[in-house]
Amino acid sequence: MSEVIVVTSGKGGVGKSTTTANLGVGLAMRGKKVVLIDTDTGLRNLDLLLGLENRIMYDLIDVVEGRVEIKKALVRHKKYENLQLLPTSQVKDKSAVNPADLMALCDELRKEYDFVIIDCPAGIEQGFQTAIAGADTAIVVTMPEVSAVRDADKIIGELGRSEKDNIKLIINRIRPAMVDSGEMMDMDDINDILAIKCIGQVPDDIKVVTSANRGEPVVGDNDSQAGKAYENIVGRLLGEDIPFMEFEKEGFFKKLMKAFKLSKD
Amino acid sequence: MLDSLKRIFGNEKSGKVAKKRLQMVLIQDRASVSPEVMAKLRDDIIQVISKYMVIDKTDMEISLESVDDSVALVANIPVQNMRHHK
Repeated sequence: MSEVIVVTSGKGGVGKSTTTANLGVGLAMRGKKVVLIDTDTGLRNLDLLLGLENRIMYDLIDVVEGRVEIKKALVRHKKYENLQLLPTSQVKDKSAVNPADLMALCDELRKEYDFVIIDCPAGIEQGFQTAIAGADTAIVVTMPEVSAVRDADKIIGELGRSEKDNIKLIINRIRPAMVDSGEMMDMDDINDILAIKCIGQVPDDIKVVTSANRGEPVVGDNDSQAGKAYENIVGRLLGEDIPFMEFEKEGFFKKLMKAFKLSKD
Repeated sequence: MLDSLKRIFGNEKSGKVAKKRLQMVLIQDRASVSPEVMAKLRDDIIQVISKYMVIDKTDMEISLESVDDSVALVANIPVQNMRHHK
């Protein structure tokens, strides 16, 4: 049983590529055979997040245009041998690949991998239609901000029109302290608005930035809340029933108050 | 009471404000239907109503109208006659 997942969002900058990289590494850590496809042609970044930018020989366009076999274009991850990346071109534009190309590619890769995860470009134009074409499941990434949620709703509508009905939601970059003070929407608010099954909430975490700096996704890092959140999402994708985590947001003072039962929660 | 006071003084938390604003704008976003879909809907409505009534297809009007925080499908369909059922 293999699954083709597209990671999409509508709005740029909400963490599609970060999510793709973390889910890819997380699934590989669990022993799954995974291939990641970057379809953000012209603005490729998945290679950089995975620390594979210096190993690229060929790309998605070379494969689609028949210049090279898929196997030759795949870049193997340094640490996890069962994780491969199919990077895209940094010079061509998004029209270089069409939906039929990607669908054929996914069907080919499906035979050999447990998970094919597609990193979708921002927007709802052709690049989006191409990225979703071969997918069984769509993961919509959003943030607790009005523009990101509105765009997520638009994307959910577009997915429905393309008869992609298996849609899951990840809420990224939550700031627990702001949620606590009522200045940020929480998971329940966003669930009320979008009515899509949520499979993860990831807190805003400086470790996401520092790990990206090093080209090592945060998912394996147990000191990181975001790392733990991604690990939970991976488990849920594998069918495990994992409760949503409580974010650590208490400062020392509040912990002290709680210890002395002075704080109500 | 407390809620309205809060609103008057602009004290409502921005998280709640965000949720309310999104719920409103999404009703309108979701209701913006393409002309092709509207034409199909019109044809389907004609078909269903014609089972029961004789209607004036040329003079009928169907549109989506948003009023405050809700959207209504407004149809004005002149009825010329009733069909008789056994």
